[in-house]
Amino acid sequence: MDLFLLLPILAPLAAAALAAILGWRRLTAVMTVVAAFSVLVSSAALGFNPGPGTRFAIGSLLRADALTVTMLIVIGTVGTLATWAGVGYIDAELAHRHTDQKGANLYGVLVPIFLAMMALAVLANNIGVMWVAIEATTVATAFLVGHRRTRAALEATWKYVVICSVGIALAFLGTVLIYFASLHAGATSGDALNIDVLLAHAGDLDPAVTRLAAGLLLLGYGAKAGLVPFHTWLADAHSQAPAPVSALMSGVLLSVAFSVLLRVKSVVDLAVGIEFMRTGLIVIGLLTLLIAASLLVVQTDFKRMLAYSSMENMGLVAVAAAAGTKLAIAALLLHVLAHGIGKTLVFLGSGQIQAAHDSTRISDVTGVLARSPMIGVTFLVGLAVLLGLPPFAMFASELSISRALADAGLGWALGAALLFVVVAFAALVRNGSRMLLGPADPGSPAITVPRPVAGALVTGVVLSLLLGLTIGPLLEIFQTAGTVLGGAR
Amino acid sequence: VTQATYNGVLNLAAGAFLLAAVLIVWRREVRAIVKLLAWQGLALAAIPLTEGIYQDDAALVIVGVVVLLLRAVVLPLLLARAVGTEAHERRESTPLVNTTTSLLITAALTVLAYAVTRPIIALDPSPATRAVPAAFAVILIAVFVMVSRRHAVSQAVGFMMLDNGIAATAFLITSGVPLIVELGASLDVLFAVLVLGLLTGHMRATFGGTDLDQLRELRG
Repeated sequence: MDLFLLLPILAPLAAAALAAILGWRRLTAVMTVVAAFSVLVSSAALGFNPGPGTRFAIGSLLRADALTVTMLIVIGTVGTLATWAGVGYIDAELAHRHTDQKGANLYGVLVPIFLAMMALAVLANNIGVMWVAIEATTVATAFLVGHRRTRAALEATWKYVVICSVGIALAFLGTVLIYFASLHAGATSGDALNIDVLLAHAGDLDPAVTRLAAGLLLLGYGAKAGLVPFHTWLADAHSQAPAPVSALMSGVLLSVAFSVLLRVKSVVDLAVGIEFMRTGLIVIGLLTLLIAASLLVVQTDFKRMLAYSSMENMGLVAVAAAAGTKLAIAALLLHVLAHGIGKTLVFLGSGQIQAAHDSTRISDVTGVLARSPMIGVTFLVGLAVLLGLPPFAMFASELSISRALADAGLGWALGAALLFVVVAFAALVRNGSRMLLGPADPGSPAITVPRPVAGALVTGVVLSLLLGLTIGPLLEIFQTAGTVLGGAR
Repeated sequence: VTQATYNGVLNLAAGAFLLAAVLIVWRREVRAIVKLLAWQGLALAAIPLTEGIYQDDAALVIVGVVVLLLRAVVLPLLLARAVGTEAHERRESTPLVNTTTSLLITAALTVLAYAVTRPIIALDPSPATRAVPAAFAVILIAVFVMVSRRHAVSQAVGFMMLDNGIAATAFLITSGVPLIVELGASLDVLFAVLVLGLLTGHMRATFGGTDLDQLRELRG
């Protein structure tokens, strides 16, 4: 099984090396799609092969359990869709002279490195290596955010790098403190940061030091997951990045960072009880929901609107994680996967709308459904997914999260969260219908859809429908992950 | 090396480390700030070097040498190159917080660091751990520098100071993190500073300066 733990990291790195040698061309672009797809294949091989619950590779450097499999599914699925669309997106950017061959080459190298680092973050056994991988995603995506080299793109890049680096530095301090506590709990220096060792020694970790570490880890990884108080980079970066990269950041990166937090939480809960992380996650989650919902209401830019919708969803996921039961974890993982695919649909669509209008103002765009049925219908489906409408999967996940919160005695948090979700719902419906419905202005530019983008969009719609109609074998994986992280409760 | 010399050198290094942070808050000249950062890197490297020699740990000495090269030489040089040549670029323009208030805040943050680190010292009251408040103080001061300075290079210096503070904490309480994490983290920091340096160059080309107050297009 070693192969399938290594493949999700090595395949994208190989694609990056190829792109570095040959530059951006059809072959390297397609190889990146193949690499992303191989992440999905690996997750399937790891998830559906009978065997022990947790697998290790290269000594105990890499580790895969049900949460790893889930996150690899998210990375593989969204990664495949986004890189597939990227083939057409970059060719169009080249044709419109928004970027040059050098920019395209850089894109070709950085996107697969980004994918490899996210795979490493979920496969690493050592929480220090997880940190290295998460910080590496910041470095890899910095020049993707600033791809267009405009003033706004430069501003977004600077804020992104500075805010995320500071946030993630706090997480490193937290990791150092965990290492300190782990050494004093009797772990040996070589493996004191390994998740399996930490879980085994969790009962002996010094509670006061662990609390200090947990607070720092929550703030630090929260920064990368788009949670308060280091959330301010998110809307800027998501709105300036090329559409496929926005999809990857919003649909995958946020949840990968959050999955690291879930891992840390499982250790901290054993060391200091569940109340500490629960309180922190509820406060941060609800504040995130509040800010996201408020900014959604006044939003005039459609890419920023999508970014704040991601923040809203991460806030909800944080509140669900606070409940921490098996049901809550399983539901939030389904939520993350469904959100990833739905967000990809709307971000890819918004990229084509932006290319046609050369603007991201909501008021500039009307009648998309009439002008381009392809973009209009897929955008509509993506919005329906994100709004949690049946038959799509976020309907089920939001219901399950609600039940889990009520079961955990967090009814008041559920009430507050639902209020914010309803506000966000109304804002998305209002802005979405303004863009999609109604007659087109006679002077509106034509929305073109390159064939790879169309392919990715149609596949995304099919996947969203499938996931909504039948969760199938995924249910067992999600529930196992829930047991791993939340105990049998 | 006797226990007394070891304690003395360690405390001296920790003291110099904190002093460099305070001086960075005090100075407004960007080049002077970068130079102080190099001195801080030297004080930081002294910690693993002292510990390595005292404990006869060759690996730790090598880590100390790498830290010395990276944080006292390479990274400050990279930042020095990002400082512009024009007069208005070499000095922090009207600061958000004036120097006197900044120094008072720095003192308050140092006291706060002693309070925050009490559980760490309680768990392991060794001489090295007793110096950890100095490292935490640098972390807090670095965050303050990052929010109060409006020059791109000053913010990058703040980021590196934050990183120095975390590295010092790691060396003081655990003699450093496992090698693979240390290597990965150093590489990340190197790349992050490279990225910030490149961005500063782009910014100068696009905005004609590196004053971050010009970054105000993206709102809401």
